[in-house]
Amino acid sequence: MYNFNYHQAKSVDDATKLLTGVEEGKLMAGGMTLIPTLKQRLAKPSDIVDLGKIADLKGIKKDGNNIVIGAMTRHFDVANSDVVKSAIPALAYLAGHIGDPAVRNRGTIGGSIANNDPAADYPSSVLALNATIVTNKRKIAGDDFFKGLFETALEEGEIITGVSFPIPEKAAYMKFPNPASRYAIVGVFVAKTGGNVRVGVTGAGPVAYRQKDYEAALAKSFTPDAIKGIVQKDTGLNSDIHASAEYRAHLVNVMARRAVTAAG
Amino acid sequence: MATVTITVNGKPETREVENRTLLVQFLREHLGLTGTHVGCDTSQCGACVVHIDGYSAKSCTMLATQVNGSNVKTIEGLANGEELHPMQAAFRENHGLQCGFCTPGMVMSSVDLLRVNPKPNEQEIRGWLEGNICRCTGYHNIVKAIAACAETMAKG
Repeated sequence: MYNFNYHQAKSVDDATKLLTGVEEGKLMAGGMTLIPTLKQRLAKPSDIVDLGKIADLKGIKKDGNNIVIGAMTRHFDVANSDVVKSAIPALAYLAGHIGDPAVRNRGTIGGSIANNDPAADYPSSVLALNATIVTNKRKIAGDDFFKGLFETALEEGEIITGVSFPIPEKAAYMKFPNPASRYAIVGVFVAKTGGNVRVGVTGAGPVAYRQKDYEAALAKSFTPDAIKGIVQKDTGLNSDIHASAEYRAHLVNVMARRAVTAAG
Repeated sequence: MATVTITVNGKPETREVENRTLLVQFLREHLGLTGTHVGCDTSQCGACVVHIDGYSAKSCTMLATQVNGSNVKTIEGLANGEELHPMQAAFRENHGLQCGFCTPGMVMSSVDLLRVNPKPNEQEIRGWLEGNICRCTGYHNIVKAIAACAETMAKG
């Protein structure tokens, strides 16, 4: 990899100061995507600001009807948190199926969401649970956050500090993982709160999205059969060596039905 | 350049490193601890797994500077002198290796599994090893070794 200047931030404010005025600054959370990217020389930042030692950004708490997870909380901690497991077990399940154990021991929720990989797991849950992304500058609704391929609503120097997930009545996440990387070829997160159903899909398209046809049908009848006949069009979906757009479209329906069944 | 102090297998080691130095390079090239292997170099195969402050991580996907001040344990630090760690002994007893290239990572990952889950069932063992690839054994004897070790350690 190319060399770079390395800074360890003591606080979020410190991190924003360290980013100011540098040629090309890059924030590092767990580094599980950034370091492989650097190793392949796909990125050449002049400066890396490591958020790893900012204790304030770690932790999970219940705040009213929300579960609030600090941006630097590792996947392992979300998967094994009693608070998450009792309030939103589907979210603990999702975190426990990212990558492999060694990756979950380093990778963080903030890093995953900020990177917005089209095959990352968390974006589906942000959409389906109607989560709010909290940054050092503002609060961003989950629906407004994921803009496109690796593109988010984050501005220059804006740092995610946490994610707030409203607790649903019931929810489930089902994914068809790539057997080598465990990234989602397709992952579907379904959440029901009262008469409102939200369906977040990751892996299928260039960016996670809500399947609103499924949402409307499931709001009327929360059963797998309610969406069985609703075709997910393959237009604009990803096609690569792992799966064609047509196959991904098929999987969206299968994973959504499995998620509805799992949510019960 | 940066000066890092990392406690490796109980011994503080201070070195000048480039900012881009990977932890695995620090261990192998700066300290000469070549028990930690580089297999795929893309964080998939798990041959480079070490423990950072007690939990398992892939040392090919970490910078040495990220663990400045941390405790790192490698395969060299697992045995107690001449006495193998129960996991190493179980791998030997159950023929859990053939060429041995993946073994340091397999053993370090397995030790972490038993820390998190002291009595894993077969499915849990196989699930935990998703990030450790072995091209020789077909995993069967590795799984047997870990189950046997869990039993030994439960007996104390």
